[in-house]
Formats: sequence, C-alpha cells, structure tokens
Amino acid sequence: MDIGVVELSRLQFAMTALYHFLFVPLTLGLSVLIAIMETVYVMTGRPIWRQMTKFWGTLFGINFAMGVATGVVMEFQFGMNWSYYSHYVGDIFGAPLALEGLMAFFLEATFVGLWFFGWDRLSKQAHLVVAWLVAIGSNFSALWILIANGWMQHPVGAEFNPLTMRMELTSFYEVMFNTVAQAKFVHTVSAGYVTASIFVLGVSSWYLLQGRHLALARRSITVASSFGLAAALSVVVLGDESGYDTGLNQKMKLAAIEAMWETEPAPAPFTMIGIPDQQARETKWAIHIPYAMGLIGTRSLTEEIPGINQLEQEAAERIRSGLVAYDALMTIQQDREATDAGVVATFEQHSDDLGYALLLRRYLDDPREASEEQIAQAAEDTIPHVWPIFWAFRIMVGLGMLFIATTGYFFVTTSFRGGRYPKWALRFAVLLIPAPWIAAEMGWIVAEYGRQPWTVDGVLPTALSVSALSVTELLLTLAAFATFYTVLFVIEIKLLLKYIRKGPVDDVQLTDDWDAKHRARLSPAEVRQ
Amino acid sequence: MILHEFLSFEVLRLIWWLILGVLLIGFALTDGFDMGAAALLPFVAKTDTERRVVINTMGPVWEGNQVWFILGGGAIFAAFPPLYAISFSGFYLAMFVILSALIFRPVAFKFRSKREDPKWRSRWDNVLVFSGATPALLFGVAVGNVMLGVPFHLTPDLHAIYEGGAFGKLFGLLRPFAILCGVVSLAMLVMHGAGWLVLKTEGAIAARARLYGSRAALVVLAGYALAGIWLAVGIDSFAYVTPPAPDGPSNPLAWQVVHGGSWLAAYGERPWIVIAPLLGFIGTAMAWRALRSGGELSPLGWSKLGIFGMISSVGLTIFPFLLPSNTHPDSSLSVWTATSSHQTLFVMLVATAIFLPMIMAYTAWVYKVLWGKVTEDQVTDPDSHSY
Repeated sequence: MDIGVVELSRLQFAMTALYHFLFVPLTLGLSVLIAIMETVYVMTGRPIWRQMTKFWGTLFGINFAMGVATGVVMEFQFGMNWSYYSHYVGDIFGAPLALEGLMAFFLEATFVGLWFFGWDRLSKQAHLVVAWLVAIGSNFSALWILIANGWMQHPVGAEFNPLTMRMELTSFYEVMFNTVAQAKFVHTVSAGYVTASIFVLGVSSWYLLQGRHLALARRSITVASSFGLAAALSVVVLGDESGYDTGLNQKMKLAAIEAMWETEPAPAPFTMIGIPDQQARETKWAIHIPYAMGLIGTRSLTEEIPGINQLEQEAAERIRSGLVAYDALMTIQQDREATDAGVVATFEQHSDDLGYALLLRRYLDDPREASEEQIAQAAEDTIPHVWPIFWAFRIMVGLGMLFIATTGYFFVTTSFRGGRYPKWALRFAVLLIPAPWIAAEMGWIVAEYGRQPWTVDGVLPTALSVSALSVTELLLTLAAFATFYTVLFVIEIKLLLKYIRKGPVDDVQLTDDWDAKHRARLSPAEVRQ
Repeated sequence: MILHEFLSFEVLRLIWWLILGVLLIGFALTDGFDMGAAALLPFVAKTDTERRVVINTMGPVWEGNQVWFILGGGAIFAAFPPLYAISFSGFYLAMFVILSALIFRPVAFKFRSKREDPKWRSRWDNVLVFSGATPALLFGVAVGNVMLGVPFHLTPDLHAIYEGGAFGKLFGLLRPFAILCGVVSLAMLVMHGAGWLVLKTEGAIAARARLYGSRAALVVLAGYALAGIWLAVGIDSFAYVTPPAPDGPSNPLAWQVVHGGSWLAAYGERPWIVIAPLLGFIGTAMAWRALRSGGELSPLGWSKLGIFGMISSVGLTIFPFLLPSNTHPDSSLSVWTATSSHQTLFVMLVATAIFLPMIMAYTAWVYKVLWGKVTEDQVTDPDSHSY
C-alpha cells in the first residue's frame, strides 16, 4: 500500500467534497425560499413577489450550475479514486446513490430548466408546481446522499460475504431508516435553509443600506428571517440528536469532539474551550460545563462516556478478535467448496471485527503476522486528530447560536417593530453572509475527518479503500481540480456580485402599493430614493 | 426479507444488464444530441445571435438529459460494483478528461451569455465545443477498448490492478480499433445533434445542420461497417471455458476465460441479434436521407433508431462479458460474475420499475411544453429568459 496514494486520494476527496459543499446548502435552501416566494405570488397575484422570485432565481441558477458541475465529480470519484471501497461496499452504498439519480436528481434537473424557460409557456399554477418539484427534488437528493453517508458512519443492514469478499445488503429497510442518516439529513437540510436565509437576509440588508429595491428587500427579509429562525432552531435541535447518535455509535468521534482522553465518571462535563495536546493526551486550559456532555451524549446523568484511552484499549481487543476472523476467511478462500462448518462458524463469530484486522494492512500484507507493536500502532491509529475536530465543532456550534440570534432579532424587528432595522444590524447581516458556509464546512470536518481512520466505520479502513493508482496520476488530477475550481470560483463570485449589484431587472417597487401604504414608517434614508 | 426470491438471481442479472443498456442508450439519445449540437456550434452558427439560438435549443433540457449519464454511473455502481470500480479507476485519466468536460459544460451554458464581451463569449463557446466533442469521442474509445480487452487483473481479495504507468494507461487506450470506435461515436452524436438542430431551429442554422449532419452520417456508415469487418478478421474475442453459474456468487476469479476466437461467433450462436446491426445501418442510412431532404422530425427519429441499433449491437455481441481482461482473462467481468447481490438487484429493480416510467412521462411532458422552434427573435427579446 502506497501511503502517498492514500494521502493524495484523501486530499482530493476532501477538496472536491468541501468545494461541492459550498454550493449544495445554498441550492437546498434557496430552492425552498424561491418556491415560498412564488407561492405568495400565485396566491396574491402581486407583481413584486414575481419579481422577487425571479431575482433570487437568477442567483439560484448561477449557484445551481456549479452544484451540478461539482456533483458529477463526486459520484465518479468513488470509482476512480476509491475503487476497493466501491468493490467492498458498492452492494450497499451504490443503491442510495442510484436512487438519488432516479428519484431526486432527475426531478430537480428536468424541472429546473423548465422553471427558467417556462415562465411564458406555463400557467401560473403549473409554474408554481414546477418550482416546488425543483425544491423537493433537491431536498430528496440530500436525503439519499445522507442515507449513503449515514451508512458509512453507522453501517447497518449488511454483512460480509466471504465468497465475494465484500459487504452485502441484508436489509434495505435498516439502511434507509438508519437513525444516523435520518438525523444527519434533517440537520444538513436545515443548515441549508439557514445558509439561504442568511444569504437572502444579508443581500437584502445591503439593499436597504444602499436605499435600493426596498420593496423587494423588505419582503425578502420577512421571508428569510422567519424561515431562517425556524431552520436555525431545528439545526441545533437536530444537531443535538446527531450528537446523541454519535454517542451511541461512534464513541471515538464523540470523545475526539470533546477531547476527552480519560473516561470521566458520569455525568461527564462538557469542555467549552481548551487546547487539546494529542502527544501528551491531555487538554490544556480547559473550561468545563458540568453534566452537559453526559446529557448530550447519553441523555442521562448516570451513563458513562468512554474516553479515548479506554476506546483505544477496546480497539486493540477488536483487532485481536478480527485476526481470528481473518484467519478463518483465508481458510475459506483457499477451499471455497469444502470448508468445514467449524471454520465458517468461527468466521461468523468474529466477522464483526474483521475490519479491525484490516487496519493492519497498512503495515503488512498478511495481518496474521503482525507483531504486538504493530497491533498497538493500529489501535492508536483509531484515534483521529483531535484538535481540528475539537475546534471545528466549537466553531460550528458557536456560529449556530449566532444564526439563531440574528434571524431571531430580524424576525422580532420585522414582526413587532414595523421593520425599523438599525444600521448596525443591517451591516452585521451583510458581514454574516459567509458565516453559514464556514459552519457547514466545519460540520463536514467534524463528521468526515472525525470518522478517520475508517471509510466505513469499523468495517473498512481508509488506507485500504483506494484505487491502485500512481502518485503521478493523483498529483496531475489534484492540480487540475485545484486550478479549475479556483477559476470557476472566481467567476462564480464575480457573476453573483454582478447580479446582486444589478438587482432585479424590472423594478416594480414604485408601482407597488405596499410602499405607499408603509412609506411613513420607512427611515429617512429609504424615503430619499 | 424473502421478497426478492420472486425473481431468480439469474433473471435479475439479465434484467439489470438490459436496464444498463436502456440507461446508456437513454443517455446517448438524450444528452447525445446536446453533445453533438455543442460540438457543431462553430460550424452551424456564425453570429453571436445564431450561437445563442443553438445554445438555447439545449438550454432548458441539457440538465435533465445529463442525469441519464449520472444515473448510468449510479446504476453501474449499484448493480455492477466491480465494473464500476475497475473501469473508472482503470480509465483514470480518460475519465478525468470526461469529468473536466462535464465540470465545464454547466458553467459554460449558464455563464456564457451573462456578459456582453465577445472575447468572454467565444472563450465559453470553445469550452462548449470541447465539452460536447471530447466525451463523445472518448466514450467510443472506451467501448472499443472493452471489445479489445483491457490490461487488468484481480488479486485474490479482489483488489483491481491495472497495468501500465500513468500515461501508459491513458495513451494505451488509443489503439487503432478503439480510435475508429471513437470516431464512429463522435460522428454518431454529431449526426444526432444535427437532427436536433433541424427540429429546433430554422433558416441558415438548420440548413448548415443538415449539411454537416449528413456528412457525419456517412462517416458513421463507413466507420461502423469498417469496425464490423475489423471485428471479423482482426480482433480476438473472449469466451468461458465452462459456462459460469448464472446464480453463483459475484466473483470473477471462480471461472476460467480464454482469449481467442471471433466476437462474430455470437451471431452463429444467437442469430436473432443480427437485428441490432441491421437497425444500426438502416437507422443511420435513413437519417442521412432525412438530413439531406427530409422533414423536420424525421432526422432525429431515424438517428435515434440508428444509435439504438449500434449501441445494442455492442452489448449483444460481447454478451455475457462486460469488461474482459486481455492480460489475465480469468479476471474478466461478465453479467454472471460481476453484479451486486440478489437482494440489492431486487430492491433496485423495484425502485426502477416505479420511477423510470415516471421519469419518462414527465420528461415527455417537459419536451411537449417546450415544443417549437427557437428563433432569433426569441433570444434577442430582452424579456426572454434565454441564455
């Protein structure tokens, strides 16, 4: 196993996934926000809502194109860079991916074209249905992708088949209704709604500060703040649900998030901040909140949460058990037809730990020849890098709280204070625009970097999952991706800014009676234009 | 769950082989015309407005069309994981070139007309031509390589090892027969794209499309015939020493394969498959005629038939093989040795049986709504929503 290939494959996947994930949350949320705006348009018949729908739709389109472009890369990377992974778990993992195409992406992609080109060809109602189909399609896409990802975090409904040397599906129902997948889905989709809401809120605030497109901006803030507040609250609640599931299923990830080296007596405290030191296995300058971790991780005050050191010991045990399974598997492999029942029984008894034995493949071809040091090393490998996960988690949670506060503030001001937003609040909302993306990327790091050294938790180590490629091929494609993506990113941002500056094409604000009625309440800056 | 035992493993494998064909043909018939028309862009459209007309014929539909490709990939992943794993990692750099085309195509469509600058526009036009022509060519090259066999082997724990260095693997694909297949594939999609433009445009653009499309159809006829002769005289086929168990575990290494003999032997064993190449020739010839002097819908219709025939002929000729290995024939992948488990195939079949007809129905509806020519007046109307 060439470690260079493993590291480069991981880097490439992380880069392309994080990049794809810049466009996904906005697509998820904006498709719904636009459908809501168009619904108001169809119900009230007021042109301003049509203008809003079209304006945000233009920005949606620019973003959507990038989402599609980078999404295609994701699907094909599994086969290109992770071919042993694809062979090993394709029987289970391929299904939700194909279903995403079949049920969701086809819907979204077929109707997104009609949505843009169909304004004059469809009745208002039919066009609205198309808008909702696009929104439903993009949200269903997320569902299937997260079912696939959820299975990697918590592999259920599958077992190893020694004859085909791969995992095979035993229950599609379990894969689909995997609790981890469901919690991740709602968490991620809500995060997308927050992203779009903060984006709409920020851009609209900028218009208000500039005194332009007031009617559009004010109504957009109304929609974005109320929708955004509901979404921001659900992100936190469902993030907590995700934390609980992690506590049940990925104890090492939870311990890393918490930088909890030793098992604490229940209920464990939550470390607010601190500096995790992986070498010394301690967290310096830690500030604790008593009981909180116990509540998040176990929903009780009496259950213990195991620390990293204890989990490492358990991993060593599982490696030894996995070696028994591996030995039996090799016997089965040698004589496929006439293996005696005892060997098969031994294999089945230990097959849950087979993945742990595969951790040793990083060091030697036949894990059965591993020395005690190598076993200890492989057990230590099960500890992810703590500090990035620890900090990514805290940044994500902190930003989440900030989104609740911001959308809450705008919601209250819109509903009860007649929309008299002070300048500082508008400026803050503009500055906040990039924050949801930071939070989303941090979330990805916690979930995926925190899963290492596994591609499929406890089943298949990352180091074993790669394709038999050369470093040259990987460096070449890595450089090309980096170049393409940088160029496209610059173009995308420029175009978005151009269209935001330009504003809606047909400005209907002066003909709209809403302004006339509410003009008295507008600030002097707004009335000026 | 015992529901899946309604259909035997053997039948399911066969059905999935057919579905794979449906998806790949669906991709060629829908996104194929987008790629062909994009490749034709500078030839059929001279002015900026003409180019916008061509781009807007595809504007509302290419996104949906491209999903056939994505779904094809997803279906190979779900139903034939070994094929997915070995072909995409084996054709690594070639796949990367195709991916680059697919990365740039959406943005080229979306971004091209968003600025007035002619330099900006011509740059994106070039990107569109690349994004249409390159995949069309490379898919054909890939098919040619599949028929020739590719150099890979499987280790006992089914790691796929593809022989050759980074560039050896890429340029090794460019064997003469494979290049011929690439040319046929490119010409086929150009013909198809021309058929689309005849239907969706008028005047000078449509006339040029007829001209270039009919030339492409002649290339297809000649190239396809040549490939057939080449197969008969110069290319070795693959065969099982003893037929594999159609319901056995998906492990290619359990069966022995020999390299030698002729692919055309398949026409002796299953004479009815001759219908596929016949349809390929008839459809293409009729498309040529219709492009020269036919109605507006007939060129696209006939070229669909031709493409259907040609792609089917490849699948039927090499059946049951999917991806043979010319260095280690025993590692060759076939319908009987490289699928997902019985249960996965069943679950996926149920989903496909429900959703594929729905997809076809709503796609048809969208095309109906968008029916009609794209004109210069439409794209220059400031109130329009065109690219």
